[in-house]
Amino acid sequence: MTLLQAFVTLPVLLPMLGAAASVIVSPRASLQRVIGVVTLALVCVVAGVLLVSADSYGPVVAQLGGWPAPMGIVLVADRMSALLLLISTLVTLAVLVYAIDQRISDYGRETASTTFHPIFLLLSTGVSLAYLTGDLFTLFVAFEIMLASSYVLITRRTSASRIRSGMTYVIVSLMSSLLFLTAVGMVYAATGSVNLADLAGRVGMLPEGLKTVLALLLVVVFGIKAAIVPLHFWLPDSYPNAPAPVTALFAGLLTKVGIYALLRTQTLVFPQDHPSTLLLVIAAVTMVVGALGAVAQDDLNRLLSFLLVSHIGFMLFGLAVYTPSGIAGTALYIVHHITVQATLFLVSGLITRRTGTVSIAQMGGLAQTAPHLAVLFAIPAITLAGLPPTSGFVAKLALLRAGAGATPAAEIVAAFVVLASLLTLYAVARVWVRVFWGTPKEPLVDNDPNDELVVGTARSARGMYVGASSLIVVSIVIALFAGPLSAIASRAGDDLQTREAYRSAVLGPDTAPGGPGPVPVAAVPQGPAAAGGGAAIGAMTADDAEGTTSR
Amino acid sequence: MTTPSEAPPGPPGDADPPGPGDTPWSRWDQPSGRWMLPGACPDSRERTLVLEAAARLLFPTVLVFSVYLLFEGHYGPGGGFSGGLVAGLAFVLRHIAGGDDNILVSRFGIRPPVLAGTGLVIAVLTGLAPVLWGEPVLASTKWHISFGSFGYLDVVSSLLLDVGVYLLIIGVVLDLLRSLGSGIARDAREAGETAPRPDTGGGR
Repeated sequence: MTLLQAFVTLPVLLPMLGAAASVIVSPRASLQRVIGVVTLALVCVVAGVLLVSADSYGPVVAQLGGWPAPMGIVLVADRMSALLLLISTLVTLAVLVYAIDQRISDYGRETASTTFHPIFLLLSTGVSLAYLTGDLFTLFVAFEIMLASSYVLITRRTSASRIRSGMTYVIVSLMSSLLFLTAVGMVYAATGSVNLADLAGRVGMLPEGLKTVLALLLVVVFGIKAAIVPLHFWLPDSYPNAPAPVTALFAGLLTKVGIYALLRTQTLVFPQDHPSTLLLVIAAVTMVVGALGAVAQDDLNRLLSFLLVSHIGFMLFGLAVYTPSGIAGTALYIVHHITVQATLFLVSGLITRRTGTVSIAQMGGLAQTAPHLAVLFAIPAITLAGLPPTSGFVAKLALLRAGAGATPAAEIVAAFVVLASLLTLYAVARVWVRVFWGTPKEPLVDNDPNDELVVGTARSARGMYVGASSLIVVSIVIALFAGPLSAIASRAGDDLQTREAYRSAVLGPDTAPGGPGPVPVAAVPQGPAAAGGGAAIGAMTADDAEGTTSR
Repeated sequence: MTTPSEAPPGPPGDADPPGPGDTPWSRWDQPSGRWMLPGACPDSRERTLVLEAAARLLFPTVLVFSVYLLFEGHYGPGGGFSGGLVAGLAFVLRHIAGGDDNILVSRFGIRPPVLAGTGLVIAVLTGLAPVLWGEPVLASTKWHISFGSFGYLDVVSSLLLDVGVYLLIIGVVLDLLRSLGSGIARDAREAGETAPRPDTGGGR
């Protein structure tokens, strides 16, 4: 069992080790590529093992350094985190294959970089840690690893416009990190714990107002990361300017990690038994604003970025319903959307290399000149719109069924899901008509050959097609195995809703709660008092808590 | 431990040959006296003798202090991170006093990224090692070494993790010095600018 527990740490430690090795061998480009691909492939295997194990025997928990749960740091792989870890790593691997070949065709086979491969693997470390961690502060650390790596990736090989868009991204991300740290501090001051499983019992005893403030603060923090609509403004400005593999990675993973964190904290720490009106409204607004924004764009990458925002709303909808089927729908939708959105950005990169522009108006006739590209674009586009045989249909159906059974408000928002799907279909159909039909146009010349956005060349190496097509294969496999996948997702949804499996796995079976929480109210001030700082605040809040309970 | 300015100028790092415009290896430290830091800096008005002498005295002292912090870290204030930062500051002092490019890098014949990578590898492997003994990841153990009447020494296995962090931090600081300190000076020179004007003091 210890070996399996050690397995939980591998998705975090392996990419870190790979990053270090990649730095050491940095003059040798081919060795770096081998290290990157092998590391991520190993993490895929580990994630698969974790998923099977978590599905059969319950969550796998690693207590780092042997320190038991509320004190020490725990890594937890339950069904939800193992599933998302597996699909995220698969996508990361495919994007790496694409990126390697793009770098070979742009800079030559011998060109190594001390930054690209190590930072790429470090980003993967952060993503894995964010999925696996069992406490709020480690989640903050994971976000920081992830964001610090993304700052480097988005501003590498700089040009003025890249720096400008990178600055937006960096400032917004730093701002949200600041809020996140504040939120962690407030949660600790109020409860004396940052362990998520422990918080599940303790937060329930806080006064209603304080609980709402903490929950909303975390919603804002993760909302910025996930680009939920009033907080989405940075995304269409920053993502499209990065190179295609980097954009694909960010679009596929970073926003989904935000949604995952929202899902985890909202279900585990701030559970509700009825649909949240606030989240439902935000979800509907996100879906519609994103889709309408996409329809208005001429820049292909900006269009895809707005579609990304729109589809974040779909995932939020499943969460907002707060039923096991809703959460299961969100899980399915994340799995589907990670693959398909990454594919679309990769294909957009291929299109840009072919046409020399990102402007839809200046493209045309690609179906004749580049039939492979047409197929590569059509399949993920149809999947994103959610037409029946695809994984998008499976995921949307799960969401709609979850919404249909819930309250009238949820049913209204379910109608918005259909509306946003139609708008998505319109947006991608518009791209299809403008870019792939019509008269073929000559590719534009590359106006700045030094930046990483190499345009105007028809050269696209085979590996780039392999990377993009393997993601399409993944999404087809998702559609083919929709039955088993839905079953796992619905079991994951049950887990998250009941919270029993997670809590007893982390804190031990004897502390599993029957009611609102195992910790008596009087025990709350002991946490911060024992931990030293914040004792006064903790005691004060606990007094409040006692006051409310006695009332 | 030899102080770096007495060490022979080893062969240039194989992966990092001196770029165009660097002083040849045969006479890179010629103009300076034994007590002064090597002056690759062509303009004597750019040199600050007091600072150079101070750096010469402080550099080994600060390095020893950083190692003390590294070992002290398990029980007292210190540890790999602060030790590494203090050691990094010693190099920053040398850079400010002695100036110009590639000095820090070439003395060691080792590239800063390699230093950082090695540190991270040591740290991660130390974290994974307890699994071999059936312990959880990141578990640590303690060896008690007694020296009779001289006292005893507690060696904790997590010291190895701290050594990794120490190397990682030094590597990062050196890399920052290379890219933000001497790298900018080199870029300026390659762009055709002459030595920094005395009144600005830039590029030192």
